[in-house]
Amino acid sequence: MRARDSDWEGVRLHVVTGKGGTGKTTVAAALALALASAGGRVLLMEVEGRQGIAQLFDTPPLPYGERKVAVGPGSLGVPGGDVYALAADPESALIEYLEMFYNLRHAGRTLTRLGIVDFVTTIAPGLRDVLLAGKAVEATRRQVRGRRAYDAVVMDAPPTGRIARFLNVATEISGLAKVGPIRGHADTVQGVIRSPLTAVHFVTVLEEMPVQETLDGLAELRGLPGGKLQLGAVMINMVRPTALTDDQLTAAAIGQLDPHELALGLKAAGIDGGLGPDGGADVATALAAELGEHALEVLAQREHRRMLSDTGQPCYELPLITDGMDLAGLYRLAAALQEQGAA
Amino acid sequence: MTGQGTPRRLEVDRLLDDPRTRIIVCCGSGGVGKTTTAAALGLRAAERGRHVVVLTVDPARRLAQSMGLSKLDNTPRPVPLPPDVPSGASLHAMMLDMKRTFDEIVEAHSDPDRAEQILANPFYQSLSSSFAGTQEYMAMEKLGQLRRSDQWDLIVVDTPPSRSALDFLDAPQRLSRFLDGRLIKLLTAPTRAGGRAYLKVVNAGFTMLANIVTRVIGAQVLRDVQTFVAAMDTMFGGFRERAEDTYRLLQTPGTAFLVVATPEPDALREASYFVERLSEDRMPLAGLVLNRVHRSPAARLSAVRSLAAAEALQPVGAPTTLPNGGGGAPADATGYPLVVAALRLHAERMQLIATERRLAQRFTAAHPGVPVAQILAQPEDVHDLAGLRAVGENFSAD
Repeated sequence: MRARDSDWEGVRLHVVTGKGGTGKTTVAAALALALASAGGRVLLMEVEGRQGIAQLFDTPPLPYGERKVAVGPGSLGVPGGDVYALAADPESALIEYLEMFYNLRHAGRTLTRLGIVDFVTTIAPGLRDVLLAGKAVEATRRQVRGRRAYDAVVMDAPPTGRIARFLNVATEISGLAKVGPIRGHADTVQGVIRSPLTAVHFVTVLEEMPVQETLDGLAELRGLPGGKLQLGAVMINMVRPTALTDDQLTAAAIGQLDPHELALGLKAAGIDGGLGPDGGADVATALAAELGEHALEVLAQREHRRMLSDTGQPCYELPLITDGMDLAGLYRLAAALQEQGAA
Repeated sequence: MTGQGTPRRLEVDRLLDDPRTRIIVCCGSGGVGKTTTAAALGLRAAERGRHVVVLTVDPARRLAQSMGLSKLDNTPRPVPLPPDVPSGASLHAMMLDMKRTFDEIVEAHSDPDRAEQILANPFYQSLSSSFAGTQEYMAMEKLGQLRRSDQWDLIVVDTPPSRSALDFLDAPQRLSRFLDGRLIKLLTAPTRAGGRAYLKVVNAGFTMLANIVTRVIGAQVLRDVQTFVAAMDTMFGGFRERAEDTYRLLQTPGTAFLVVATPEPDALREASYFVERLSEDRMPLAGLVLNRVHRSPAARLSAVRSLAAAEALQPVGAPTTLPNGGGGAPADATGYPLVVAALRLHAERMQLIATERRLAQRFTAAHPGVPVAQILAQPEDVHDLAGLRAVGENFSAD
């Protein structure tokens, strides 16, 4: 059931970035499922050639083609829509581009043999980004028999450190191609990316480096000349709840928990021996030490959460899925995103 | 006990102390703590009496600060060491500036006029600051330079944050293949003299190529590339040679590769790929460093027993958790809320430890000959030399 309206009405292209290790692909997939919940057709696209989507949905490696990988959760009697996936790579995107705009597909093999594909996609990274971002924009705008091919496109984008350059395609390429067809293509792509149709979401976990990268990334995108780029949500992944009160956290963090209280409780639970030479008292000391580490982590996480919320962007929290990520886990994350207004 | 799934212990101190160890390369996927591991290894080696330089590519700001690095200036800077370090030992650290390194190659291998011409070329600027393999190539180049200078007896390298661990080995060849390759020959054909027949074939190819490049990215880009190629002509042969030299240097016994991973499925999968690749390329693998491994001081209390005890004190259904954001006291259903929390937390940790152990065993089953060292997880990130030293103490033999 939808708890509230989406924060992103009108957004059709969701760009999801994040530091490596924060679960960017997983969150992008969960967002795609959430967006498909009310019957919408959603394309989930990856651009880094890692086949992360195939691993996540436990399917064979994806070809350069759009394949259905899942069905979104239903909502209020409306069946869920289909989620398609695409693993885009620059080589195929270039050959497709040549075919679409120049009818040059037959030249693809020759081009590959001559190394021109390497040249265009690797040596000139601006071109590579134009081709990949261009593919996402093409899917977003595509019409089939007078109707939109997709209601939303979710792009598992390059990581935080490279996102500004990736999204700034037209400017990046201007150093290389001042005029010419690819420049015109880049301008079109950038026009869609810098419009209310697109939002850029950041995935992070509550640890120092990912949080710092998120803050730096948001600041970098805000500072891009020309503006108009819509910043999206901060999606805080792998959140664990704590069972401690504030007073207990403070006491645990500075190592001042009452060992007597712990020992008494352990005794009541029947743990006061039978653990070998340590006995019950040592277990109490050991558990106090574990609580202390936990408290330090929780307090640091609160500080990180405050820094993220100070950015003014909506923050969504996603629970840590401990028993391995599978479709059921993705549905749980999708539900959490929906409840908080992501879709 | 050395049963199945128990790896050999990687003796890091022995590796650091061996004067024949001249280069240590830390590789692994992003986010596993490569840079911190490289810095901690460098500090530990210096503390054990070696002259060390740590070459890092993209350190987190506070880690860089912990080593006294505030500038990205491509020069090794001395790291002030604590007073108890043996005299004669030293630690330097530097951050790689890939464009600066590339510029220096150009300056070193051409006369001033030509160098200026190359440095001003738009195509060169794009290549040197953003080609996907330039960073890897320049890391290799810098490593070669540091090694040839012979100022240090140990170089610790932190590999660039590639999307895949394997990029570090492949990207330099990709760049040299391009600069030295067929495409460049075609592009430069009109400016080179050659046999008549050769010229004819090449020109046919060139015409088609030029046609396509012009249609796709415009004629001006092609002109930039041709100007660049003409100016760089004398240097091209050198590129492949240099990449191959450094590649061979990495294959010598003085080099030790350490694959860094966290006990998580993705990181260990990348680590497996890397181990296989290193063995294919006959690169000297020293072992796996398993970073952020969890332990418990109450390991005798199993997860099952801990959870059962928590259940006994507070049956399921009673409120157990608060939102992480904080708040008031939980409903005190038992009189022992702290103990219940401690027991549940302990059970979670024991489950995590079991998962990590299973993943590590799976790696060892696939690569039984690879020795493993572990670094224990810490509640806070490293901010200073004391923190780096604490990481290094994980490698102590006892």
